[in-house]
Amino acid sequence: MSGRRGRGIHFSRLYSFSCFRGSFRDEHSQIGQKGYSRVVYCNDPDNSEQLMLRYRSNYVSTTKYTAINFIPKSLFEQFRRVANIYFLVVACVSFSPLAPYTASSILWPLLVVIGATMAKEAVEDWRRRKQDVEANNRKVKVYDRNHNFQQTRWKKLRVGDLVKVYKDEYFPADLLLLSSSYEDGICYVETTNLDGETNLKVKHALDVTSSLHEDNSFQHFKAIIKCEDPNEDLYAFVGTLYYDGQQYPLSLQQLLVRDSKLRNTEFVYGVVVFTGHDTKVMQNATDPPSKRSKIERKMDKIIYVLFSLLILVSFIGSFFFGISTKKDIDDGKLKRWYLRPDAATVFYDPQRSALAAFFHFLTGLMLYGYLIPISLYVSIEVVKVLQTIFINRDQDMYYEETDKPAHARTSNLNEELGQVDTILSDKTGTLTCNSMDFVKCSIAGVAYGRGMTEVERALAKRKGDTHHDSGITSSNIQRSSGDRAGSGKSIKGFNFHDERIMNGQWVNEPHADMIQKFFRVLALCHTAIPEVNQETGEVAYEAESPDEAAFVIAARELGFEFFERTQTSISLHELDHKSGRKIDRTTVQQNVPHACGLELKNSSHIGHVSPSPENVLFLLRVRSYTLLHILEFSSARRRMSVIVKNAENQLLLLCKGADSVMFERLSEDAQDSVAITMDHIKRYSEAGLRTLVVAYRELSELEYRSWEEEFLTAQTSLNADRDALIEAAADKIERDLILLGATAVEDKLQKGVPECIEKLENAGIKIWVITGDKMETAINIGYACSLLREDMKQIVITLDSAEISDLEKKETRRLLQREGKLQLSSSEGNSIPFGLIIDGKSLTFALSKNLEDSFLDLANNCASVICCRSTPKQKALVTRLVKKGTGRTMLAIGDGANDVGMLQEADIGVGISGVEGMQAAMSSDFTIAQFRFLERLLLVHGHWCYRRISMMICYFFYKNIAFGFTLFWFEAHASFSGQPAYNDWYMSFYNVFFTSLPVIALGVFDQDVSARLCLKNPELYQEGIHNILFSWPRILGWMLNGIISSMIIFFFTTNSVLHQAFRRDGRVVDFEVLGVMMYTCAVWTVNCQMALSINYFTWIQHFFIWGSIAFWYAFLVMYGAMSPRISTTAYQVFVETCAPSPFFWLETLLVVVSALLPYLLYRSFQTEFNPMIHDVIQRRRLESPEVEAPKELSGKIGKLREEDSLLSKL
Amino acid sequence: MSSGDGSSEPSSKISKISKKPRYSRFTQQELPACKPILTPGLVITILISLAIIFIPIGLSSISASENVVELVDRYDDVCIPSNSSNHDEKIGFIQDAATNKTCFRTWIVPKKMNHPIFVYYQLDNFYQNHRRYVKSRSDHQLWSPKSERATKLCEPEAQNDDDKPIVPCGLIAWSLFNDTYRFSRNDDAIEINKKDIAWGSDRTKKFGSDVYPKNFQTRGLIGGAKLNESIPLSQQEDLIVWMRTAALPSFRKLYGRIETDLEANDKITIEIQNNYNTYSFNGRKKLVISTTTWIGGKNDFLGRMYMTVGGTSLFFAIAFSILFVIKPR
Repeated sequence: MSGRRGRGIHFSRLYSFSCFRGSFRDEHSQIGQKGYSRVVYCNDPDNSEQLMLRYRSNYVSTTKYTAINFIPKSLFEQFRRVANIYFLVVACVSFSPLAPYTASSILWPLLVVIGATMAKEAVEDWRRRKQDVEANNRKVKVYDRNHNFQQTRWKKLRVGDLVKVYKDEYFPADLLLLSSSYEDGICYVETTNLDGETNLKVKHALDVTSSLHEDNSFQHFKAIIKCEDPNEDLYAFVGTLYYDGQQYPLSLQQLLVRDSKLRNTEFVYGVVVFTGHDTKVMQNATDPPSKRSKIERKMDKIIYVLFSLLILVSFIGSFFFGISTKKDIDDGKLKRWYLRPDAATVFYDPQRSALAAFFHFLTGLMLYGYLIPISLYVSIEVVKVLQTIFINRDQDMYYEETDKPAHARTSNLNEELGQVDTILSDKTGTLTCNSMDFVKCSIAGVAYGRGMTEVERALAKRKGDTHHDSGITSSNIQRSSGDRAGSGKSIKGFNFHDERIMNGQWVNEPHADMIQKFFRVLALCHTAIPEVNQETGEVAYEAESPDEAAFVIAARELGFEFFERTQTSISLHELDHKSGRKIDRTTVQQNVPHACGLELKNSSHIGHVSPSPENVLFLLRVRSYTLLHILEFSSARRRMSVIVKNAENQLLLLCKGADSVMFERLSEDAQDSVAITMDHIKRYSEAGLRTLVVAYRELSELEYRSWEEEFLTAQTSLNADRDALIEAAADKIERDLILLGATAVEDKLQKGVPECIEKLENAGIKIWVITGDKMETAINIGYACSLLREDMKQIVITLDSAEISDLEKKETRRLLQREGKLQLSSSEGNSIPFGLIIDGKSLTFALSKNLEDSFLDLANNCASVICCRSTPKQKALVTRLVKKGTGRTMLAIGDGANDVGMLQEADIGVGISGVEGMQAAMSSDFTIAQFRFLERLLLVHGHWCYRRISMMICYFFYKNIAFGFTLFWFEAHASFSGQPAYNDWYMSFYNVFFTSLPVIALGVFDQDVSARLCLKNPELYQEGIHNILFSWPRILGWMLNGIISSMIIFFFTTNSVLHQAFRRDGRVVDFEVLGVMMYTCAVWTVNCQMALSINYFTWIQHFFIWGSIAFWYAFLVMYGAMSPRISTTAYQVFVETCAPSPFFWLETLLVVVSALLPYLLYRSFQTEFNPMIHDVIQRRRLESPEVEAPKELSGKIGKLREEDSLLSKL
Repeated sequence: MSSGDGSSEPSSKISKISKKPRYSRFTQQELPACKPILTPGLVITILISLAIIFIPIGLSSISASENVVELVDRYDDVCIPSNSSNHDEKIGFIQDAATNKTCFRTWIVPKKMNHPIFVYYQLDNFYQNHRRYVKSRSDHQLWSPKSERATKLCEPEAQNDDDKPIVPCGLIAWSLFNDTYRFSRNDDAIEINKKDIAWGSDRTKKFGSDVYPKNFQTRGLIGGAKLNESIPLSQQEDLIVWMRTAALPSFRKLYGRIETDLEANDKITIEIQNNYNTYSFNGRKKLVISTTTWIGGKNDFLGRMYMTVGGTSLFFAIAFSILFVIKPR
């Protein structure tokens, strides 16, 4: 339970019912000091002092650029990439005579690349701007000097303005709530835009201002607010209101945050406190940390390697160029007189050969720029965006029930999905459904509730009780669905079956009064808000957490229907167990409704809880309780209480909380059922249930009065120890409790979780579960989802039993070291898998500096790790520790706000878009609807994307090296003068038209094996974990292959055409023809290399690969047909010169085949004698060609599964 | 259950737009695809078919190459006075405009050569692909008389000393090859046809028929051949051939065609005007006559490489088969 509640901490602070407002803080005393210096003159925005303060206007701009700075800023962003700077420098220098080719041929591709990216930025920013304009021009009513409320645009709001906001409107700025249409100054707020939670929150005006109900009551309203400076903490607000000469503390309760919405309230009045970018929501609007995948980081290193290669090659070139240039004039005599070295410019001057060599070096940097693929970044971005489309469109990751497909929120990390080494998983809502079902309870020492939980089933299965297996499961389901056959629908949050207390039968139980009290506590001790459906009379609840909802629902279903809450009272429809005998339907309907204020429950409403054949109805009475205090839940207290006064003027303290804190607060003399209840609790948590202890206490008037005084003093005290005082006060009254019983709530495992975890483990992924739950619950969930297995040796590190806190630290260290040693020694001998279970307290020490290494060591050697009772901060710390400690890829998956830190810290954050709002989903990189989709996301999409991207990058380097080095070999034969072998435009189109589309097709479509086989052979995933496809040997191997290809292309071509005629008409090969020949071979070779290295040809691959080659010929013909002034050396070169020569075609065939042969032989030997995993699987597919399940069949299987899930839901 | 399902499903779909991704083979990445795998069978098949294709091509290339009759004669080292043994003397000889540079060579035709027989000159260690050299021309000027001043790229051979543009400008034209050959058989001159030795597109589109040489080779330093100023550039085929620069430092260029057959054992005398200075940069000059076949001139490399690749494929096909038999997976 406490884990569940721990997750609720954040949200509860938005809540109004707390007396611990601002707990952990003592900032009220700091008002006026640094960080708390804001002063707002309410309803007096023209006050000169207010104007002096120059607070920001309410104009909001979320755009990254403005019209003026767009060009420089976006250019700056572009040129933060080293490669782009290089290309820019090259483009600039290309206007000088240094350039080996024309400036336009290098400038255009750069402009296209940069322009495309900038256009993308501009479009995105334009969309943001449109939203801003819309928001800035919304209207709100503002109180003006004429004492009227006037429509004004949002952007004109100033700090101190008095505004009136109507129902279903958004708040235009952060407002201080003054009053509302309700007498007591409350209002309901929906914060979906902030945290994604759909439930309503209550805000509460100060009593002194809540009487200002009407427009004209503000004529003389003047007040000053002093409060904290703008900050991003959504869950805290500190301020003081100076009004009528008094000071009133302000808290988050009074703050209406921009972008939340007024609900269920006609209107509110408020004062603008923070405007525009000072508002909490805008302060929060920071970009999530941008993550880059490991492959991309490695790619940067490769780029550096290539830069060094580029420099090396250019240096070699300029060295030899310098020598040969120097030799051109020897003793005043011209050597290569045809170059006129005597009249040379500085670039060729033999007198200044060193300078010439230096300039040549610059030329070389440009010439070999082809080693650095300019289009790589763009291509990768295009590919990744397309990959995310596939992820978003995957039908197998679509969850029908919530109508949510998978969503890749960033495209940066696709390939990282294929390299995940460790998964850190939250439990609640991630492994489990986070729809809490009330399944069992123990009241006065009697256990009620007959259902069997999934964990119990799994345990039974594990223990080998096979006869209890699926048969009993389904019969259970049958039975339970049969139970409710009468109503035909199940109740969300309620899965409790016990004829002893259902349908009002509890009145016959021995402890009926205890049972009544028990359910009263459940119906009263909470912070839920009821929503009564006016037509049907049914009540639904807006609860802070699903647990709380489950309790209120359970109370409702058992006859204690909570239906109304005001600021000071809670009302129930309640069965009176003394007079409430079974009453015949007709009697009730005829007589009762009008009698003595009793209310009849609609038969259709109660029908589903009373399926017994007699069709009984109950007499229900409205009981109102005066709500005196709520002692709120906090993770430190781990309990909550309410103090109410009932109709009989009894003062009651109702309390529920975690067993660890509750049992020590029980009264000494009411211990009868304590032992047996403890036993029940233990059994419940073993069955994977979340338990809470329920207790109460009657207070005497006197005791209450004295306590209240103390409590109120504590609450209003402004000094630093206010929180301690409040806590102490609360602590004082929450004692001598009388035990009523315990509740057990089931958080069901999500569908397919155990199978998914098993698959992921087979894939070699380690799974850690980090949860706030109790150790027993965590362990049992671990068993249920096959994280822990019977054959595992468990290492449990816990400090729950440690008596003396001083010893805690030593204890952990000792434990860790001992276990670590044990682990090491035993892992040498045998290979028993270990499971490590560690609790939050121990984790605190384990994460300290001096222990983290040994903890990491130990954890790394365990097959599964479960951290229980951990806080959100610990989650993030563990993530960071593992990430840093192992350097491997971490994936964190979670669904709640408490997982945000973990999600952002991990290499990949996967959010479950589930029950608990969208906060986790918003800060994640990928969102999926169900945990089981992780299997497909990782094993299929991750594997494919990893493979595609790494292949793509390797291939990119290959093709550019293969091309770039032909330039080098040629230059070596051109006296290193920097003469490119090809026409300028051939070169600039190389990366753009002739080779890029097949690479993109590879990056988007390639599959080594089908999705089905990926899932069937999870071991395939190992390739990603060990980064086999993007290891240095492989990258260098591809580069080497590129160099070999370039050598074959150059030397075979030149040798075969060295001198002699290549046509029947005796003409010889010249510069133009040789360029075309080599280029043709290069285009063929790299494209055929692509065809060789992929194993997946759809029409798209065929189209791109063969199309690229065909396009080269088409280009040659078209370009060659242009006027020779444009086409220069390409004029008619193909049609007139090359095509008619059989030699040209034979030479192409020879070179292409020779260039591919080494790779073909290497791959053949490798697949045969040292196969990689995917080779083996491909071979297996070929050898046992199972019929790929046709679509109808798999559709059928899908349908069967759906029916199953429907059955299990019933 | 399932029937109930079926009836409820469509209605719920109509009621609100589902976010369910629509099915298409494309988005679900299930496009029909062919998935070839390098199985031993496939590899062996590929290698053997490569061998089957390549070896015959290799053989026919070699035989075509064998049918070519080619005569190569280096003359730069013999067509100088025997007393000029050292480097400087050679340069002195070649740069002296006054000396007689005529030189006679005698060849015996080894085999019958059918016409057309192509006459080439071959230069070695001459960097026609040097960047400074390649760029030193003006395509505009060559094509249009209006652009005769477009000599920006031609430095230092752009203008003569009176600042008049040189046509054709640039180093390439300036260094035009100027050795000449005269063939005779038994004192009968063999005519060398110098028409149609350049590419047609060059003659018609790159070298203007109304562009005449101007101010060419009029400055102090004479590079190579002079041009007849009354013949338009489009008919100066020697120039056109020369200006189509070679790709490699060792190259042949077409000099002309002999339109008669040469019989075996014909004795051919060639009168060479050894004008062109290759001595400065240690270049070599050769005179070549050759017939052609479908594959072009004499070209053993292509055939041999085809044989090699075919042979390698065959070897690996066999090796692979043996390995597969010895050590099956």
